[in-house]
Amino acid sequence: MDLTPNSFTLMRFTEWDNPETGHLEWLIRKDGCMHCADPGCLKACPSPGAIVQYSNGIVDFIHDNCIGCGYCIKGCPFNIPRISKVDHKAYKCTLCSDRVAVGQGPACQKACPTQAIVFGTKEEMKGWADFRIKDLKSRGFEHAGLYDPPGVGGTHVMYVLHHADRPSLYAGLPDNPSISAVVQVWKGVTKYLGMALMGASAVAGLVHYAVIGGNRVTEEDEENAERLRSRRVSGGEDARA
Amino acid sequence: MSAVEKVGSRGTAQSGDTVTDDFPIRVRRYGGLVRLNHWVTAVSLALLAISGMALFTPKLFFLTALFGGGQMTRMIHPWIGLVLVVSFFLLFVRFWRANLPTIADGVWLKKIIDVVSNRDETLPELGKYNAGQKFVFWSMSALIMVLVSTGVVIWDQYFSGFVSIELQRFAVLIHASVAVFAICVWIIHVYAAFWVKGTFGAMTKGVVTGGWAWRHHRLWLKQLVEQREAKDVASALPASADPSIPHSRSQA
Ligand code: HEM
Ligand code: SF4
Ligand code: SF4
Repeated sequence: MDLTPNSFTLMRFTEWDNPETGHLEWLIRKDGCMHCADPGCLKACPSPGAIVQYSNGIVDFIHDNCIGCGYCIKGCPFNIPRISKVDHKAYKCTLCSDRVAVGQGPACQKACPTQAIVFGTKEEMKGWADFRIKDLKSRGFEHAGLYDPPGVGGTHVMYVLHHADRPSLYAGLPDNPSISAVVQVWKGVTKYLGMALMGASAVAGLVHYAVIGGNRVTEEDEENAERLRSRRVSGGEDARA
Repeated sequence: MSAVEKVGSRGTAQSGDTVTDDFPIRVRRYGGLVRLNHWVTAVSLALLAISGMALFTPKLFFLTALFGGGQMTRMIHPWIGLVLVVSFFLLFVRFWRANLPTIADGVWLKKIIDVVSNRDETLPELGKYNAGQKFVFWSMSALIMVLVSTGVVIWDQYFSGFVSIELQRFAVLIHASVAVFAICVWIIHVYAAFWVKGTFGAMTKGVVTGGWAWRHHRLWLKQLVEQREAKDVASALPASADPSIPHSRSQA
């Protein structure tokens, strides 16, 4: 099972033998877009307006502007966007931006019967998480904590983890996600240096032409060439003999 | 040892290169097929540069309008790349031998200041190409190889399932950087054709003047004149037809 252009979220499930307690633990998390504060997808996207970040923190793909290049896939540290083979546009969880815009919670939160998913402002959610973390700690999960990774400026989808010291236990949740250094170089220095180099080549040509000017064939060159032929054709003194 | 062999060892003339019977002398440098091949290469590289830059940064995204929008640009760029590769490969097969480095190239490069100052008198006699042209040839060959191999890796529509995302990140970085160099080489190449007057005719009409060949590729011109003479002599005077003709002439 994986995310697809049509399924924006799914539950990832890991069975883990806790060596400290000897207990078998079920580690479950809801995979999908984390709505990063510093979104790698947005950094990589070449199409203005194909990825937008609203003031409420939601990162949304505007499909009318998407060209299907797949750069967002390379930019995302969480392996989230998927490109449709049908319309060649990128898809991911929108955090139900349309519902949120009219004051409702996202559909997943609405559907969840046990309040495993809650929705609110980031401050409210951090408060709620503290309460859950205290509860977990009181039940012996001393490393319980909030997953709000600073490498991407924090996220607007957060997890309360029993083992916040080891996020990768949870079906490979990145321990310390950040936008790949390769992507940073690609979208940073390469872009500026590249534009500068190409501009410099063009300017070098213009300056050279203005200062030195064209290299013109002279009458003398033409005569020399003609003489070369005449000498050969007239025979007699053979230069190569 | 015949004249043609002797000259062949220091010249770089390619089949089809000849001096004409015009007055003043003119030189056929490229045949029709080679020129067509070159222009397919040139047009596809120009289209690749423009469509590539359109995807390089959001600031240049407006260039996608030239290709009928972003989706079209994204779709068509790799296909033009394939056209370029095939087309450049044909050019490569045709040109590589004449682009092998020679001793004179080293001398020419040492006098690069004279070259860019139009002081051609001090430069050594050269075959069909100078070291600058050879640089364009070999660097384009290498850059295009890298561009096509990294380009396939980031061809999301068909190959995304076969390569890890981490590899795609490296490939896209290399593709973008190498494209910058290819575009710079290309700018230099086009500028050189404009700077050195009389060069454009080589790629439009296929013909240059004798004076151009004398000035820039004298060894090549001499070789062609010799070849022409050897041919004229051979057709006018079949070798064993008339024993009274001095042997040394056709042997020259
Ligand atoms: C549209 C712009 C271009 C123009 C105006 C242009 C012009 C020319 C001219 C005038 C020549 C003849 C030079 C000579 O015979 O000494 C030439 C040769 C050549 N061109 Fe271009 N060209 C262009 C684009 C390209 C591109 C895009 C490529 C390849 C990527 C390319 C590759 C070559 C090669 C390999 C030669 C043979 C010379 C050598 O081996 O160094 N050209 N070009
Ligand atoms: S696939 Fe669409 S959203 Fe993703 S980077 Fe390309 S244009 Fe942007
Ligand atoms: S998780 Fe990936 S797709 Fe979602 S906002 Fe972050 S970088 Fe973008």
